[in-house]
Order: sequence, then C-alpha cells, then structure tokens
Amino acid sequence: MKETFDVAIVGAGPAGIAAAYCLAKKKRKVIVFERGEYPGAKNISGGVLYGHDLAQVIPDYEKQRCPIERNIVESRLWYLSQDGGYSLSYRDKIFADERRHNAFTVGRAKFDRWFAEQAQGAGALVVSGTVVTDLLRDQQGKIIGVVTDRAEGEVRAKVVLLADGINSPLAAKTGFRPEPKSHQVALAVKEVIELPEEVVDERFAVESGHGVTIEVLGAVTRGMDGVGVIYTNKKSLSVCIGATVEDLARNKVRPYEMLELFKAHPMVAPLIKGGKPVEYMAHWLAEGGYTAIPQLWGDGFLIAGDSGMLFSALHREGSNMAMTSGRLAAETIIEALQAGDTSQAGLSGYGRRLQDGYILKDLKKYKGFGQFLRGHNEVFTTLPAVAGLAAREMLTVNGVPKKAKQKAIWRELRKTISLRRLAKILWAGWRSVR
Amino acid sequence: MDKRGDKGIKMKVSIEDKLFLDRFKVAEEPHIRIIDQATCRDSCEEQPCLYLCPANVYRLEKDHISVAYEGCLECGSCRIGCPQLNIEWRFPLGGYGISHKFG
Repeated sequence: MKETFDVAIVGAGPAGIAAAYCLAKKKRKVIVFERGEYPGAKNISGGVLYGHDLAQVIPDYEKQRCPIERNIVESRLWYLSQDGGYSLSYRDKIFADERRHNAFTVGRAKFDRWFAEQAQGAGALVVSGTVVTDLLRDQQGKIIGVVTDRAEGEVRAKVVLLADGINSPLAAKTGFRPEPKSHQVALAVKEVIELPEEVVDERFAVESGHGVTIEVLGAVTRGMDGVGVIYTNKKSLSVCIGATVEDLARNKVRPYEMLELFKAHPMVAPLIKGGKPVEYMAHWLAEGGYTAIPQLWGDGFLIAGDSGMLFSALHREGSNMAMTSGRLAAETIIEALQAGDTSQAGLSGYGRRLQDGYILKDLKKYKGFGQFLRGHNEVFTTLPAVAGLAAREMLTVNGVPKKAKQKAIWRELRKTISLRRLAKILWAGWRSVR
Repeated sequence: MDKRGDKGIKMKVSIEDKLFLDRFKVAEEPHIRIIDQATCRDSCEEQPCLYLCPANVYRLEKDHISVAYEGCLECGSCRIGCPQLNIEWRFPLGGYGISHKFG
C-alpha cells in the first residue's frame, strides 16, 4: 500500500475500534487490520459490557442500534461444593431505571461488527481477513508501520496502535510484551446455549430485556485456580469455565470435560435444561494483573486493551478497559501528531491519562489478588467442601441437637484446615482486595 | 503408551460434537505444527498438550502426535503450555480458521 496513514491499528476489537472511532472523528487518517473474516470473528468475552465506557466513545450508542442482549439487573456470586453451594445475589431496581445499561450482555461477533461499522461511518478504514505479521522500523528502531500477510503487505503509518488482544504472538515477536507465563493467563472455554426468550425470563425471574450474571467459584474448577460464569443473553445463556494454563497443564484436566461437569452441577443444570448448545469457543483471560502490564508506549507505538494486559479479573472488567484505553490512546496520538512528535516522549501523555483514570488505579489496587489465590489453594479445594458440609448439616433436621451438630461441624472443619490457616486465608484475602 | 492421569473424571465428552457447532474456514496449510516429534517421544514426560488443548488438536498416535489444526480454536495455550517449546504457532491466514457467530 503506497499511502501513509496517520495511524495503523492492529486488531478491530473494542480497544482498536474505540481508538479508530475517536481518531476518525478528529479527521485523522486511520486504518485498522483485523485477522478475522469480520470484526468479532475471532473475539469472545464472557459477555458483560459496561455502558459508561461505551458512552464515552459513542454517547448515543442506543440510538445507533448497538446490539444489546440483556440489561443486567442482578449479579450473583456462587460458591459451590460438589453437590451444592452458596448463592449471594444482589438485585436493584435502579439498574432497570436510572442506571439502566450500567452493565449489559453482548455477543462479541455482533457487537464488534456493529462497533467497527460506527468507526467506518466516521471515516476509519477497516480491513478484515488480514494478519499483521510484523512491525516496520526505521534506522533508529522507531515503529513506522506494519507488515501484513497480503501481497505488497507493508503499510506505513506515523503511529501504530497494538490492540491485538491477549493472545499476541506479534507482541512476543517484536518484544513489546513477553509471552505470558502459564500462570498469568487462564484458559476459559465458552458454550452458548440457546433457550427461548420467555424461558430465560422465567428462569431468572426478570422482565423482558433484563438479565442476570452469575460468577462461580469453588469445586467446579476441580481444585484449580479458576472461575465459571453463567450470563443471560436474549435467547441464550453464556456458560464459561476456565482455569490457569499452568493448573490445567499440571492436572491434565481437559477444559471441555470441566465444562460438562460444570453444566451437570445441580445448581447449574436446572438453568440450562432443555437448552441447545450452538457454539463452542476458547480464549484466554489475563490474570497477570498490574505486575504483568508491559511498557505501554514507545517510539511510534502504543498498546491498548488486553494486548497490554489491561484486565481486571476480580471485577470481570476487560472490554470496558479496552475501550477506554483505546480512547485514551487516540487522544494521546492526536496530541502527538499535532505537536509533530510521535516518539516515546511525545506519546507519554498516554501514561498520564491512564494513571489519572480508573484503569491503572484499579489494577494496582488488586495487584495482589492473583498471588493470594495461588498461595491459598484451599479456596478451590478443601474450603468449598467444608463450607458445604456446614450448611448441609445445619439445615438437616434429624433429631440431632444443634449443639452436637455444631460440634461435629467444628470437628470436621478442624480436621480439614487449621484455624490459623483459615484465619490467614480470610486475612490475606481481605488484604489482597482492600 | 498412555501417560494419562485423569483425577477421577469419568465423563466421556465428545469434542467433535462441540467443534461441529462452530464455523471454520480451513486453510490448506496447517498454521500450527510440532517442530520435532522426537522431542515429544523421547524427552517429554508430561505431554500436557494432549489434555490442555480445548479442541483436542493434539492426539497421541502410535509413534507420533498428530495435529488436527482444522479444529483449532486459536487460544494459544499449546504455544505457552508446551514444556519443550516444541510448537511452531502462527495465526491462520487472514480470514481463515474459526469465525464466531455469537462470540
């Protein structure tokens, strides 16, 4: 390609497109390369998107027919043992009224496609079916464009934005982000299970258009550091489960067997009963946290979204961080282009913008969380069983006096885990999220 | 020789049924391959690829590990999970591989 663009973006996901949209709106010449057949073809998330971050890019997204699945009015947290589990849930009318679209579910194949169309409407060029295989550098090592897998595949640009997601051989090849270590990413598998809209409404006790999210911890990840989710879409459920690549490799558990066992759990099975699986996918989640974030800008380039490990596992926030970091990257680039300085110094406004906002602050706050889980495996192994036993025995009415029951539970608990260890887990857990 | 340790999971799950749900545009050339089969056979005790892959791409045959790249879900886990770093991994050609319908 002969022409030089202002910005070349790798990846038409939420980070890349948010940047492309903002840049195109300010009349910058931007081109986005997407390796999938269409934007969203290779993308997947649990499905929750936060309206706030989207609104900062496209304030009238609803009017622009953003493909929203369900507006989330209730969030549940489940802690499961083998045959049962605890459920903590919070539902609030405010999420149906004033804070509608605080969170909503989307299908990434539909959403990313819509999002990319908005960017194209604003003037961005989005080229699909094209893999960026390398970056172009000048004599001083500054990034000056990309190399694609098309014939005559080199494209020059004043700035390159790397927004190619969590699995980026390009980032590793170019040295911008080392390959994640196997404990820094979780491999999750996802199944989309179709159910009639009214059945979803009924099962989750929601009005039409509203929905529920469920985050699941406990025995379902077979003793491994991981999580499961069940999210409601308009006419389907997203059912996902994953664990760190390190744990899966060490334990030789097939991800899809873990998924089937999850689906068969007595708390999960009734929700998906009669449903028809229609898609099966797999993807990583960035669990590395704050310490895994690479240098996010340099001479001629910036990194946004999952590619920069900007993901908060604890609060299931990823696509929103991707969008916001893409928008902040765009603002930085506009500033740098105006000043005629796209060197590392010229792009350093990116770091300032990220620090001022919530992304880095949140990731810093929770930087110890991953380590906490890794160091206190009982959360996934013995604690679910003991917690389940306690509730089960207390709820069983069988003529055993309550004091004796209590003593029996206590004995079982002390057999499984020392009080000191339990206290340490609670204390360390609290400290890691405080 | 089966080096399997399955931690008591007795469920038999058909991965073919799951992959059948998905849309793939299969390229002629594989986008992933094992660099040196001898390393797998002679130096790899654990062979985690056989279990780790969510699409069961890697299968133990009589004298080698086969690579069913056609069903690859492109997660990258094999690339970082292989203890011998014995997998050459690329994205499929632009537009090829899996295309999500819902995502």
